[in-house]
Amino acid sequence: VSEAATGRPGGPGTEARLRRLAPQVLGAVARRYGDFAAAEDAVQEALLAAATAWPADGPPDNPLGWLVRVASRRMADRYRSEEARRRREDLAASWSLAPPDPAPGRDDSLILMFLCCHPALTPASAIPLTLRAVGGLTTREIAAAFLVPEATMAQRISRAKAKLAATGAHFTLPSGEERPERLRSVLHVLYLLFNEGYATSSGPDLARSDLSGEAIRLTRALRAALPDDPEVAGLLALMVLTEARRPARTGPGGELVPLAEQDRSRWSRPLIAEGVALITDALQRGRMGEYQAQAAIAAVHDQARRYEETNWPQIVALYGRLERMTGNPMVTLNRAVAVAMVDGPSAGLELLAGLEDRLGDHHRLHAVRAHLLEQSGDPKSAITEFKAAAERATNRRERDYLTLQAARLI
Amino acid sequence: MRFMLLQNYGPVGSDCAPMTEWSPEDVKAHIDFQHALNQELLNRGELVDAQGLAGPDQAKFVVSDGVGAPVVTDGPFPESKELLAGYRLVDVETLDRALEIAAQASAAPGQNGAPIRDSIEVRQVLGAPDPEL
Repeated sequence: VSEAATGRPGGPGTEARLRRLAPQVLGAVARRYGDFAAAEDAVQEALLAAATAWPADGPPDNPLGWLVRVASRRMADRYRSEEARRRREDLAASWSLAPPDPAPGRDDSLILMFLCCHPALTPASAIPLTLRAVGGLTTREIAAAFLVPEATMAQRISRAKAKLAATGAHFTLPSGEERPERLRSVLHVLYLLFNEGYATSSGPDLARSDLSGEAIRLTRALRAALPDDPEVAGLLALMVLTEARRPARTGPGGELVPLAEQDRSRWSRPLIAEGVALITDALQRGRMGEYQAQAAIAAVHDQARRYEETNWPQIVALYGRLERMTGNPMVTLNRAVAVAMVDGPSAGLELLAGLEDRLGDHHRLHAVRAHLLEQSGDPKSAITEFKAAAERATNRRERDYLTLQAARLI
Repeated sequence: MRFMLLQNYGPVGSDCAPMTEWSPEDVKAHIDFQHALNQELLNRGELVDAQGLAGPDQAKFVVSDGVGAPVVTDGPFPESKELLAGYRLVDVETLDRALEIAAQASAAPGQNGAPIRDSIEVRQVLGAPDPEL
């Protein structure tokens, strides 16, 4: 990790250590001052200072204490100025009324995740804020991953914090009744963060692929804080089981390789083993949630040595359960693909018939219909559908893939 | 979602004279407006890039078969009004927001401060694939 990439001097060892310490430092400073937004800025500055000082002078005996001290000094500087005093008065109403949290330390990452993934924020604001406040990434790294200028990303993060302050959210764990909804929001943000990185893994999009690694790291931290929650385990399982396929998912030119054609010897066995163990354990804990269902589907795919050996009836059953849980038409679309594998393409096409109203003119619907038409021996209609799908695709790789499919059949 | 907001040299809705015939105050107001809009988009965390392009007189068209010398055509071009004048690249949460920005840009002050009503072309930039679910 170079300075140019992170915006922080210091080697990869210091970098990883600072990222780990970031939520603990922020927890301590936010608790002491009751001002999350300002504390978050001060901690960013302290991390930058550490990245310069530690490689030069050697790391301090108490790295956490060092960072808390430097960040607190920044907070004190801030409060000394006239503007900051006014700011403190404004913020007092929303932040300072929070009672001091009795259990500092271990739960800080968890509290921060609940805060940064607050349902009042859109995922587009929650994701960068989480990456900075909980993940310890620099603004420059986050900006590079999302391909926007650093100044734009800095503004996006500070607006997210302002919005958070306006909701009156406190630096405490959400109460019991509020908790399930807040946890859903955290899982959703981590899931989207993972997809953001997983979608792109080579070429000009390389910087973005780190995002799925960050999503896995943050979800591991969440699981460490909530080891008994089956949906947290389900999400982590889904991520590692999906990540396991990454090396086979794109060709040498960055083109998409569909599941059926992937070289399965390139899948990561250790990640598959970890994911299967996680989901097996989670499923024994009671009611299946949607991340567990998705992870279970991923596990079935990952355990098939060859595409032809996939246990399609099990996948059909799992998509059926997921469909009942979510009512998401995209799930129905995937179920149609699995049904076609079990009962033939016409059974799959029948399922698609009712989807147009719910999915609209989505490129995925055309793409699946094209595949099923091709399987049913109707290449002419398949070409029309592949073309329709390519015209509607909103990403380059999928469009390239679909155009190629149409051309292949002509 | 990323959108390119494109502006051509074509005729504008207000039918006003070309900028070279405006008063200096009108030109300044127009430029200030563009800067202010860019600053606003930056403050909202939406601006990726904004650029104006050199005039159509300086445009060149290049055609090559990859073997022989490329054919380079210099201006002026009879179709110069169809050329790109500038663009904004924005990263927003919805198409509606992109349209709102385009409307703001279209209403930039023109001659005598009247809205110029430029036609802004809004195009989505192809992004990363959606989640596999």
